Amino acid sequence: MSRLISLIVAVLFAGAAIAQPRYPGIGRTATPEEIRAWDIDVRPDFKGLPPGAGSVKRGQDVWDTQCASCHGTFGESNVVFAPVVGGTSKADESTGRSAALQEPRYGRTTLMKLPHIASLWDYINRAMPWNAPKTLSVEEVYAVTAYILHLGGLVPEDYVLSQATMADVQKRLPNRNGMTRAHGLWETKGAPDVKNTACMRDCETSGKIASQLPDYARNAHGDLALQHRIVGAVRGAQTAPGPAVAAASPASNPAQVLAEKSGCLACHGVTARMVGPGLREVAAKYKGHAGAESTLAARVKGGGVGIWGQIPMPPNERMPDDEIRTLVKWILSGAGQQ
Amino acid sequence: MSGSRTPQKAGRIRPAPEQRRSFLRKSIGLAGGTAAALLGARAHAQPAGDPAILNLPAHSTGLGQPVAARGYGSPSVHEQNLQRRESPGLTRVPQASVAFAPLQGFFGIITPNGLHFERHHQGWWDIDPRQHRLMVMGMVRNPKVYTMDDLMRLPSVSRIHFIECGANTGMEWGNVAVPSVQYTHGMLSCCEFTGVPLSALLEDCGFDAQRAKFVLAEGADGSGLTRTIAIERALDDTLVAWGMNGEMLRPENGYPLRLVVPGVQGVSWVKWLRRIEVGDQPWHTREEALHYIDLMPDGRHRQFTAVQEAKSVITTPSGGQQLLDKGFYNVTGLAWSGRGRIKRVDVSTDGGRNWRVARLESPVLTKALTRFSLGWNWEGGPAILQSRAIDETGYVQPKINQLRAVRGTRSIYHNNAIQSWQVAQSGEVSNVQAY
Repeated sequence: MSRLISLIVAVLFAGAAIAQPRYPGIGRTATPEEIRAWDIDVRPDFKGLPPGAGSVKRGQDVWDTQCASCHGTFGESNVVFAPVVGGTSKADESTGRSAALQEPRYGRTTLMKLPHIASLWDYINRAMPWNAPKTLSVEEVYAVTAYILHLGGLVPEDYVLSQATMADVQKRLPNRNGMTRAHGLWETKGAPDVKNTACMRDCETSGKIASQLPDYARNAHGDLALQHRIVGAVRGAQTAPGPAVAAASPASNPAQVLAEKSGCLACHGVTARMVGPGLREVAAKYKGHAGAESTLAARVKGGGVGIWGQIPMPPNERMPDDEIRTLVKWILSGAGQQ
Repeated sequence: MSGSRTPQKAGRIRPAPEQRRSFLRKSIGLAGGTAAALLGARAHAQPAGDPAILNLPAHSTGLGQPVAARGYGSPSVHEQNLQRRESPGLTRVPQASVAFAPLQGFFGIITPNGLHFERHHQGWWDIDPRQHRLMVMGMVRNPKVYTMDDLMRLPSVSRIHFIECGANTGMEWGNVAVPSVQYTHGMLSCCEFTGVPLSALLEDCGFDAQRAKFVLAEGADGSGLTRTIAIERALDDTLVAWGMNGEMLRPENGYPLRLVVPGVQGVSWVKWLRRIEVGDQPWHTREEALHYIDLMPDGRHRQFTAVQEAKSVITTPSGGQQLLDKGFYNVTGLAWSGRGRIKRVDVSTDGGRNWRVARLESPVLTKALTRFSLGWNWEGGPAILQSRAIDETGYVQPKINQLRAVRGTRSIYHNNAIQSWQVAQSGEVSNVQAY
């Protein structure tokens, strides 16, 4: 009886909540179009995965123009990011455990870690390519995912990955059984796995220094004297000036702001060669060349390969021409060099 | 004895305005005088007195600056050394990187907004708040869109909480790697956050209390950073925040809207928050399937390791510092726990053999930084300083060897080991591991 009453009360209360919201006038109902525009997440059970398909072959085209510049032609590069491909074996496909993860000498690639194919699809779809996220079509996302799987030896070169075949691939992922949630670190009320005691007197210690800062590391973060206050109980120790540790300060030159904003500096250092040449290297190469400005502008816009190496520079078709001009002029003037 | 009192590395210390070095040379004759007396004597300069007192400076004899000369104030020009900085070689691209907060210079528990640590996954943006929207959808009766106007009309709360990146101190799982507390522990900050409890928004949308088990939080930046949060956490003390130490969030920290998930690692505090989805399964997003996973010795990864367990670090004296002289020091630092309040902090000056209970400065708040301190007379000998936090659950901050015995050395994340700082006879303090 009392349960019935509380049920009735609950229903009445729910009805009242709909009729009279707690905060009248705050927020509005989202439209189905708005939800579709933003609800892009894909779960391991493939909830949210849009219908579509993409071939390994198509994926290679996308990879070579949009991905290889950072991740390397075969997904093996560790120049900019950790490698995507490598370190997995046929045996892993049957066990679902990356054997190399038990070997401390190996670095970790994406495919060595990946427990769910959905996680990879979702990430490429939402965040790649690096400087133009969310611009790939559904077909391109399937295709690039297929190509990565092919580079990892998981699917043949004529494979087509689709909404229907994602589950097949999942069954072959090298590290699909490599995750555990058997620990107390998920919830704030979970149980700790490591225990210490609060001994106060004559506690057990080795009495030794187990590890100390190597000299190169002491000096690798710039002059620590310049990273401490000039008054107080201590000063920063004077350390050899290593590579300058730039304090996080915004760029003042508009062209440099543009270079940062447009992602140029992700691959080009101002002086240092990273994935591509340093910007001042570019300036030196084209010093005095007639038409250098339009040559470089065209290359920023359309991409290029073979001038500085075999890693292609991706096109920047969406960048306005006037911004490209500003940028190129700044680069040719020495990228802020006095 | 008098010889040993002369700081052997006095040259390391920038000469003070009162010409400290020549003064010290003269003071060597004061055999038997204590180091404390030396320090005290420094205030009476020679022969007539301290030029900083005797010669009136311009600021005492002239007209100062007018009001509103700087519409938004900034620190003194003499404070420019304290900046957030990158650790060279840690990352290759500055948009997916870290700028560490200069913990060595902070007082109390609040991090100044301009020095809050930074961690971005695909660069930061300064978003127009008039165009920013938050959508709450999924397993809700009424999926809703909120503008900043909507959110800021709601009853707000302000709470002080720490935020720590799960990878803080991650460079030190194996050997000592970096020189100062800025780089060992600087992915740590603590602010007063102002916002609306996430529970209020979930209730406003009529979330399905029977079936909802998790929420997904998603950022509006290029990375569209996403993290799964258990519904218990979402309904507990999680905030949708726009305020930070009395002003709006800084762009680097998610302006105009971020999630605040007290006690949980920073990656879950999604910045530029655009969407909350209510669901019944975890999403296993990239930041919980490929990163922020802890590699165990058996080759398995722990997934969804989120809680920042009790931890502490001495900030003065700390690595890369130079003690001015022998004598009194207020050993001080920070302690925090993702599981609640700090109950006690112990400090050792002999590498963990003997410990003393430190003073806790108020306020001592749940899931917030707590400042501790303990007086120490440095007599000029070598010392190893350590601090050890104990939280209200009784959990005792572990030693690095205890962590390694369970988790190995390759897990990167959640290193909450006791930190050791070695004080050399020269007065230079350096980062070591001792247990």
